[in-house]
Amino acid sequence: MIETVNLTKKYGSFTAVEDLNLSISEGTVYGVVGQNGAGKSTTFQILATLMSPTYGSAYISGFDITKEPAKVRQVIGYMPDFFGVYDQFKAEEYLHFYGASYGLSVAEREEVIPQLLELVNLTGKRDSYVDLLSRGMKQRLCLARALIHNPKVLILDEPASGLDPRARVEMREILKELKAMGKTIIISSHILPELAEMCDEIGVINCGQLVATGTVSEIQTKLQVHKEIIVTVSGEMERAVRFFEGELEVLNVSVVENGVGKIQFGFRGSDSSQQALIKKAVLADIPLLGFQTLEKNLEDVFMEIMKEVEVEGE
Amino acid sequence: MKSLFMNPVLNKEIRLRFRSSKSFIGIASYLSILGLISLGFIGLTLSFDGGTFRPEESRSMFLLISMLQLSLVIFITPGLTGGVISSERERQTLPILLTTAQSSSSIILSKLFSSLAYLLLIVFASAPLYMIVFLYGGISPMSVLASFGLYTFTMLVIGSIGVLASTVIRKTIIAMVTTYSIAFFLTGGLAVITLMLTSFSYTFQQQGQEYIWPFIFASMNIPIMFFSVFEESIMTEFKHMAGFEFSPWIIFFGVYGAVIVGSLALAIRKLRPKMQAREYPK
Repeated sequence: MIETVNLTKKYGSFTAVEDLNLSISEGTVYGVVGQNGAGKSTTFQILATLMSPTYGSAYISGFDITKEPAKVRQVIGYMPDFFGVYDQFKAEEYLHFYGASYGLSVAEREEVIPQLLELVNLTGKRDSYVDLLSRGMKQRLCLARALIHNPKVLILDEPASGLDPRARVEMREILKELKAMGKTIIISSHILPELAEMCDEIGVINCGQLVATGTVSEIQTKLQVHKEIIVTVSGEMERAVRFFEGELEVLNVSVVENGVGKIQFGFRGSDSSQQALIKKAVLADIPLLGFQTLEKNLEDVFMEIMKEVEVEGE
Repeated sequence: MKSLFMNPVLNKEIRLRFRSSKSFIGIASYLSILGLISLGFIGLTLSFDGGTFRPEESRSMFLLISMLQLSLVIFITPGLTGGVISSERERQTLPILLTTAQSSSSIILSKLFSSLAYLLLIVFASAPLYMIVFLYGGISPMSVLASFGLYTFTMLVIGSIGVLASTVIRKTIIAMVTTYSIAFFLTGGLAVITLMLTSFSYTFQQQGQEYIWPFIFASMNIPIMFFSVFEESIMTEFKHMAGFEFSPWIIFFGVYGAVIVGSLALAIRKLRPKMQAREYPK
């Protein structure tokens, strides 16, 4: 559905996007993660035909963005990170204007606009001037605008930026509905737990390059990101600490809560190695009460990747 | 063709412009000022001329109002068109508009026509005031029609330049200043050049040589050509200097027709990026 081939964007000597190769299949929600200036918005603008790539190309629904940009525009709904609205329009008029801009007849618009306002919870605001809507409502109205021509692909650049927690939750719920409707969505966000919850796959971009792509767990495995384990012991803390420090696949052993007896360490072995470690601890007569693996979230994975990228850079 | 004139951008622009009361206040103020000038002119003439208003005086009043109206067109058109695209860019509404199915030509032409629609309304709303001159004679209906035709053409010329400036220049203020500079050059600037060139004509005439340049520049000057509609003699002298019989209107419409087409074509081309595929260097 979305494919980029050697996509590169240069501004003079500065490279915003470098040799980006993405392949997103139909119905997938693909999250793009990266620091500010990593090249996410540039990539999105190229996909939305607002910018020409310096090298390479991209295909959306089989249409080459460089050769058939008009056809690409018919199949995408684009929501930029910063956008303005025509303040003097009422919410319904705003959607009518964009519907007409996509060639929808009045009858088609009158059928689809109430449905879209319902989807984004703005039915009660249809006659309100856009100027008077809150930031969150404007974001939702802009999303409804992006959906007016029923596009197959949604390109959403930071759709939840600047929203308060409640508005973010509302936006997330709408995006989940869109996912259920089978839309192919490419989305960027700084709120990584939300992306992890919504996205089928993620891609991590750094300095215009795709440094990792796949599901969150795939990336974890691929990058061999170590697990964090907390062991609870009923006594003999010093001996327990010495035992774990002596193990090859264990790193950064620390005592978390001395009184209760909690020891935390990193573990870079496989699941079977983890089983072997527990067995060895029991055989070594360590007074184990609990053995807990802490799940890493997307934020942790992202930070690990960034750390690795920085180390490689040095 | 229907889609060009009934398209959503044009519809939106006109709707938003006339939703505000400022537009109507602007028209009312302009007509009041023009009415006061016309009635003031008649009043003054009557008081100085023993209570009579002759056809020649009616003609002078018509010329005064017409030149005022032309000045209005030259002053207001850059302000109305110099920000049509750049202001959308500054308000961050342009990227969204550019990702719709609207073609670049549709967006550019709608923006131009909607901006000029307001000015056309102001100019045509003043038509009843022009009719006062018919009460006293001295002006033919054809002259009135010609003057309105020239207003519209002038709006198109300056408007097209304004839309081009607004498309290629990112900042509205700079786009407007550029449009004003070009508009003033085409009116005042070319008039000054014509005058300077005319001052050299004596030398050429003494040597019995033909001197074409004052004629060429006068033919490209909007106020001179506008004035020549009512005073044909103004161009006769330039023709005499040039030494040939050639209608200055061919030069006028030829040059400015090319300016309109060229400016709009370039604006349409520059509105969206030129998407091009280049192979990634190995």
